[in-house]
Amino acid sequence: MLALQYVRSLPRYALVRATGGRAGVATGDFSLLHLGDVQEPEPPNGSWRRVLPSLAGICGSDTAAITGHASLYLDPLTSYPFVPGHEVVGILAGDGARVVVEPALGCEVRGLSPLCARCVEGRPGLCQRVDEGDLAVGLQTGYCCSTGGGWGEVLIAHESQLHEVPPALSDEAAVLIEPFACSVHAALRGAAGAEDVVVVQGTGTIGLLTLAAIKLFCPPRRLIAVAKHPFQRQQALRLGADQVIRPDEVFQRIRFATEARRLDGPNLSLLLGGADLTFECTGTAAGLDDAFRYTRAGGKVVAVGMPGRESVDWGPIWQRELTVMGAYAYGTEATGARTFDMALAAAPELGLEQLTGPLFQLSEYRDAIAYAVQAGRRSTAKVAFDLRGLRL
Amino acid sequence: MSRPGAVLEVDRNSPPTLFHFGEGVRLERLPLGSRILYPPDPLEPIAHPERAIRRALAHPLDDDPLKDLLRPGMKLTIAFDDLSLPLPPMAQPDVRQLVMEEVVELAAEAGVEDIHLIVATGLHRRMTEDEIRHIVGDRIFTTFWPDCLYNHDAEDEGENVRIGQTSDGHEVTLNRRAAESDLVVYVNLTLVPMDGGHKSMATGLASYRGIRAHHNVETLLGSRSYMHPPDSQLHHSCIQQGRLIEDHVRVFHIETSVNNHAFPTVANFMQKRETDWTPADQATYLALKQLSDFAPRDLKRTIFHSMKAPYGLTGVNAGQVDQVHERTLDVVRKQMTVEVDGQTDIVTMGLPYLGPYNVNSILNPVLVVCLGLGYLFNLYRGRPVVREGGVVIMTHPCRYEFDSVHHPSYIDFYDEVLADTTDPGQIESKYERRFAEDDWYRQLFRKSHAYHGVHPFYAWYWAAHALDHVGDVIVVGGEREVVHRLGFKAATTLADAFEMAEQTVGRYPSVSHLRTPPLLLADVR
Repeated sequence: MLALQYVRSLPRYALVRATGGRAGVATGDFSLLHLGDVQEPEPPNGSWRRVLPSLAGICGSDTAAITGHASLYLDPLTSYPFVPGHEVVGILAGDGARVVVEPALGCEVRGLSPLCARCVEGRPGLCQRVDEGDLAVGLQTGYCCSTGGGWGEVLIAHESQLHEVPPALSDEAAVLIEPFACSVHAALRGAAGAEDVVVVQGTGTIGLLTLAAIKLFCPPRRLIAVAKHPFQRQQALRLGADQVIRPDEVFQRIRFATEARRLDGPNLSLLLGGADLTFECTGTAAGLDDAFRYTRAGGKVVAVGMPGRESVDWGPIWQRELTVMGAYAYGTEATGARTFDMALAAAPELGLEQLTGPLFQLSEYRDAIAYAVQAGRRSTAKVAFDLRGLRL
Repeated sequence: MSRPGAVLEVDRNSPPTLFHFGEGVRLERLPLGSRILYPPDPLEPIAHPERAIRRALAHPLDDDPLKDLLRPGMKLTIAFDDLSLPLPPMAQPDVRQLVMEEVVELAAEAGVEDIHLIVATGLHRRMTEDEIRHIVGDRIFTTFWPDCLYNHDAEDEGENVRIGQTSDGHEVTLNRRAAESDLVVYVNLTLVPMDGGHKSMATGLASYRGIRAHHNVETLLGSRSYMHPPDSQLHHSCIQQGRLIEDHVRVFHIETSVNNHAFPTVANFMQKRETDWTPADQATYLALKQLSDFAPRDLKRTIFHSMKAPYGLTGVNAGQVDQVHERTLDVVRKQMTVEVDGQTDIVTMGLPYLGPYNVNSILNPVLVVCLGLGYLFNLYRGRPVVREGGVVIMTHPCRYEFDSVHHPSYIDFYDEVLADTTDPGQIESKYERRFAEDDWYRQLFRKSHAYHGVHPFYAWYWAAHALDHVGDVIVVGGEREVVHRLGFKAATTLADAFEMAEQTVGRYPSVSHLRTPPLLLADVR
């Protein structure tokens, strides 16, 4: 089958990283990504189905891996070579049902019994046995050599990973269900109170979807989005932000919104007082540093955007007694509902297709990656591969 | 004998006209037939200021000589106007220094030991040490600073007292030291007819609770204009408060006025009518134009703000406030008045780098509005120079640029309030209290050098009358996004602005240009 495959090579990884992860280098001669004919994944048993991807999104974690920015922490949790692509809408081989894939590869998917403690809690994304069972090591479809991924003609998925897509949801919207489920989980994990001032730092795909999820599931008193580009500002307002501010004015604007005090240091400002809860969706040191300084003492910072190895100042975390928590993936939420089901139920009202585009063929992957790295500047959120033509 | 103000008509032989443009200047061609309003030349200054001051203190109007009011053991407070005037700041010695030195000397001779000098900042920013030293001079500064020479603190609950309530129900507050003094000597400098009189004490030593009585949209809409006190509700309200204060504490008023010699020799061409420019003036203009076109912004700002004006004293009067102020206004009007026949469809004005609230700072967009539509528009008696529904054209770069130390609440006012509405009434009802009570603004006002949190509102209210009166405002050379945020139209050139204005006032409009600074007062018949 035709697929893009990610091949592990530390020298290439180091080289790409050394050049600053420029898209031209990351998809050039020294690329970790290769387009070619690869072996189709084999279903381990009868509980598995073949999925023919229609659209597969390019996630920030994908571009981070390709451009050498991903955390090496993830390396032992990944099996190589793998076909990337975990944001997938496709059809089931055989009956043609339209599905999205919930990529987490927990105990149930791996055929392990009894389930590990985290999977019992309904958190397969935090599975403690991701190195066992029917599959090679891997946290998700799209980072495991046994399952294939969305950036290939075929992938395999366990029945428990499949969610049927309602007819009202286009492929362009459905390809965002996986990141939206991440965002729903993040919003519920942050659990904003009705009187809180909440900031969403960064308005790429994850930031915008987190905004929408917060507005839907735990609406606060004031929801502020930090957006860099006009498209992001416009979408943030559409998806429920009460106010959209620029990254260079976060301290001024959040101070005003929270009636805090502002002190200016030699490098950055800080607020005495500030936001009750911050969702950090950039995954960058700059974003985290800002968030730690404008979130009030005793407040919470939820890391939603995938960070790599970042150098941040721990001073404010310590002095402000901040609670810093990660929000990764999805599963079954405290209400007993599966995050994917919540996302699928809410999505039709959100006009998610406005965030998707342009679509590229697999053969255009160099352009696609370059575009995805600068999505915000190019007035889009989600760049995706269109594999529907491969089925003809 | 100085020349009186004049209205000159632009004809084919007229040279181009000087327009101020922030920290820069331009020469512009006005349409044929346009009128240019020039202020009078500087009045001849008093030859011996110290003698005139001594004479005023010894022979006050409707009051005892100051010497007779001073006695050992008394509590004496000298309050004086802050750096918001004159503009540009006066070259040393400032007339307030000369007056205060005389007052302090008399007090010393009388054996008065408890003397405090207070900068009457009202809701303006605290002045820095250097700024205070510039106004009071070295002798007073080294003697009294910092324990007995300091800025008024309008937000110090313990140091402001409630004097009472006017018959209109307005609260009156006063600086505690002044309120508890046996005598307050107020040393004023009146630059325009809005200044001085009862307004000095009623705003300079008051708190927000007192000042909001007249610094509000309704009062300012009822002040037509506040440069003409008899037609100004602002002044009527201040007079009520001032009289209540005078019932409570003994006040001896000293008012001074200066001529309009506003520019030092190096920039003297700005003082002159273009027809009077010598080759040297033209060369200076060209040099300044090159500098302002190409120099970095900070350098330009430093150069412009370092200019000090060689004003000459034109009047000093002491005694009871009403008589003193009437005399002062006579001289001020003489220096400023230009008689004008009728209104025009369009008024143009070149906005300089400086207004009352950005000495040593940046004229941010809100202050641009305050200067153009607040101060310059209101420099009239009778009727505004521009007709109702007419157009005001202002030249200024109008950048998104703020001084975060002096104007922190202005940033939020621009970003939060003006993003919502530019209507003064709505702004007042929806936002004023929030800014006035903001804890951080209060802290910066008291401990740093920030204007009070509510100050940008007052700057905006100052323009309320103009916003109500004119049909359109066009800013030439301003940043489009900023100009639009202010609710105005942006034009690239003056010619474009005239084209745009015709959409509002029709073809072949009549035009007046306010050739200021130096400041003028249009007496519109």
